[in-house]
Amino acid sequence: MAVRNNRLTAEEYEQHFSDIHPPFETKDAAMVDANRCLFCYDAPCTKSCPTGINVPKFIKQITTDNLRGSAYTIFSSNIMGGGCAKVCPVEKLCEGACVYNLMEEEAIPIARLQRYATEKAIEEKWQLFERKASIGKKVAVIGAGPAGLSCAHALSREGVDVTVFEKEAKGGGLMTYGIAAYKVTPQFCCDEVDFITSLGGIEIRYGKELGKDITLDALQQQYDAVYLAFGVGLARQLYIPGEQLDGVVDAISFIYDIRNSGYPTVPVGDQVAVIGMGMTAIDAATQARRLGAKEVTLVYRRTQQEMPCTETEMNIALLDGCKIVWLAAPTEIRGENGKVTQLVCHMVKLEDDANGRRQPVITEEKIILPVDMVIKAAGQMPYEQLVHDYQLHHNNGKISVTNGISNITGVFAGGDCVNGGKEVVDAVQAGKDGAKAILQYLLDGAQAGNNF
Amino acid sequence: MADISANFLGIRSPNPYWLASAPPTDKKINVLRAFEAGWGGVVWKTLGSQVKNVSSRYSSVDYNGSRVMGFNNIELISDRPLDINLKEITECVRLFPDRAMVVSLMADNNRESWHELIKKVEDTGAHGLELNFGCPHGMTERGMGAAVGQDPEIAGRVVEWVMEVANIPVITKLTPNVHSVVPTGRASVLAGSHALSLINTIQSVTGVNLDTFVPNPNVGGQSTFGGYCGPAVKPIALKMLTTISQDPVTARVPISGIGGISTWKDAAEFMLLGATTVQVCTAAMRYGFRIIEDLCDGLNNWMDEKGFLTINDFIGRSVPTLTSWEELDINYHIVANINQEKCIHCGLCYISCEDGSHQAINLSYGSPYNTYSIKEEECVGCNLCKLVCPVDNCITMVEQRKGEEYVNWKEFQKRGMPLNDH
Repeated sequence: MAVRNNRLTAEEYEQHFSDIHPPFETKDAAMVDANRCLFCYDAPCTKSCPTGINVPKFIKQITTDNLRGSAYTIFSSNIMGGGCAKVCPVEKLCEGACVYNLMEEEAIPIARLQRYATEKAIEEKWQLFERKASIGKKVAVIGAGPAGLSCAHALSREGVDVTVFEKEAKGGGLMTYGIAAYKVTPQFCCDEVDFITSLGGIEIRYGKELGKDITLDALQQQYDAVYLAFGVGLARQLYIPGEQLDGVVDAISFIYDIRNSGYPTVPVGDQVAVIGMGMTAIDAATQARRLGAKEVTLVYRRTQQEMPCTETEMNIALLDGCKIVWLAAPTEIRGENGKVTQLVCHMVKLEDDANGRRQPVITEEKIILPVDMVIKAAGQMPYEQLVHDYQLHHNNGKISVTNGISNITGVFAGGDCVNGGKEVVDAVQAGKDGAKAILQYLLDGAQAGNNF
Repeated sequence: MADISANFLGIRSPNPYWLASAPPTDKKINVLRAFEAGWGGVVWKTLGSQVKNVSSRYSSVDYNGSRVMGFNNIELISDRPLDINLKEITECVRLFPDRAMVVSLMADNNRESWHELIKKVEDTGAHGLELNFGCPHGMTERGMGAAVGQDPEIAGRVVEWVMEVANIPVITKLTPNVHSVVPTGRASVLAGSHALSLINTIQSVTGVNLDTFVPNPNVGGQSTFGGYCGPAVKPIALKMLTTISQDPVTARVPISGIGGISTWKDAAEFMLLGATTVQVCTAAMRYGFRIIEDLCDGLNNWMDEKGFLTINDFIGRSVPTLTSWEELDINYHIVANINQEKCIHCGLCYISCEDGSHQAINLSYGSPYNTYSIKEEECVGCNLCKLVCPVDNCITMVEQRKGEEYVNWKEFQKRGMPLNDH
């Protein structure tokens, strides 16, 4: 048993990490599904999209050969509509609300149609937006993730000059560093960022981290407003014995390494346990398998009913050959010579608490999984210290805002650093809301009159 | 099992489905395949003066992903030598004596030409003649086809020429490219035509290519008006058929119905409005002769279900129910009802009523599903919501008469009954 990298051939890596989303092979194929759309009024799919993409409209536009119009419809509500079409848990958003579900019919493949319209726009670098004349205002955005880029794009369209400070070497945030590579390929992430910044008026300064390379005070002095969109980042600890052993990693850094360093360089064990059943846990488990791990076991202390990931996500893991152990709470990681050898879990019963919620209760029964690698995916924590240091009002590290406005004049915030970690599509909407608030502030309370 | 065989002026066929005069009936190889597949009869593609066809010939109208809702052609009558056609017709009649063989004719515009052509065709053993007074393109410029059918006097004269020599039943095919098909229909019947068939194709431009700016079909950078047919023309054909079925002169003769018939249901509708046989072309061109199976089977099952033993039991049955607007009962009133259990909350009924009708649907916002209900006092019973609803039987129209007695518009005016006040 060993944790090692470079387990596969170049072809295998390429195959394992290629785009999981099958595109429509032909226009005809897209048309068949686009023409099934009923063109609902006040459509449930649109109402279930956090960015409110006018889904029936963009699908109708596909059917009328107005692909440019279709792409505009999507991007004008969601500038990351390309990436969201790949990473959104659509089964609980737009597609989950499709009225066909109520007819016991297959929902319209909205995400796939959205990819059809947006990929073309990104590939062919369509200039769909035009900047308004400069209004002579400068805004600093911290973080080139979905919230930051969405805010930057919305502001730049209105004639604001935006500088984005990004601690990493690439933009895209979680899209680029925190999601399985087979969902959004590294190339796509780059193209998407380029597509957004091609509007003009947005400068991204890479390798600039708030609190290290730049300070909030300085930015406040140099810019008319600051938008904080630095996300969350710290992996939650398990607080069980053995967490310091060699072979114990957190899912965030594991995925970060896969996205950042190239697949062959990332070491993976023969027998891997992944703790958690959220989206990140799935992404870690599937990618561990795809890197060549022989056995990957997801360990979750509740049941399928409570799991945070969607069924579609779980199925990806199952199809990749991952196993799932339900109702098992890790209680100890054991090792030999400083290296992980076993994960000890106590089995759990779910019992109703005083509020009628099912709570895990640990039993005496335990299982021991022989492992050489443990990936912890127990959630991420906000940058509480940073937020505290800057005297931002917050709730356990999550910045408190009202309509994107923080307690500090001229400082706005949105995305994961406010909500604690939600979907990309939520962050994009937060960026739009933030831009709206900033613009109103820049125009000194004048009605912005915009519809981002 | 019902008997679906047809007897049209003594021309018998095992079913009422004939292939219309068109490319599928222009040579032996097609016609034999059609008979083998089970078609009741054919109207052989029009024989007449010598012509030459161009390329391309067809174009179509697609709608929401459905191909060939409407079909257009600029093909002329048969461009094969007459002798070959006559020889092949003879062979087909010999090989399938139980099928109807009607031959479509369009001779040059003089008595001798018609007489000569009819004699030759009768020698083949064909069972009937169909006079093509309807072709809307190519032939009209030479004073033939629709140029004849559009002028009752000319049409009547040509029919007279034909009747002078014809020994087998004569069907006159009417063009729809007129204000009313009745005058030419009457003239033809009065001149002795044994039967009528309708409709021929409707003059059309199916569309313009948005890259080349040339309308369809493109013939070397140009186009020309074509004849429109296929499912899109069925409602127009049914209307014209009804006027023929209702006119006291034309109603005397049997009718062969044509115009967008694709399914047994279409056929049944044509027959309910007076057609004894029906002719099919576009559907067979699109899907092939195999469609005859369901055309027969579906009609048979429907007849069994309705208790009809032969097609004569229902031919023309719906004709009396089509009346003039003035005869309609103003006291008859229906209102829509939405079955909330079936509703999928698509909102299509709401927006169509709101923007296209009488704002008679309530919208109660929900997340993500709105609830829609009918404002009965506003509903005029127009059917629009029911028509656009994607769920079968979700919206039904419920009768709520305004008064007990039948009151038509004339009576309504006479009594000075109240008009709308909003």
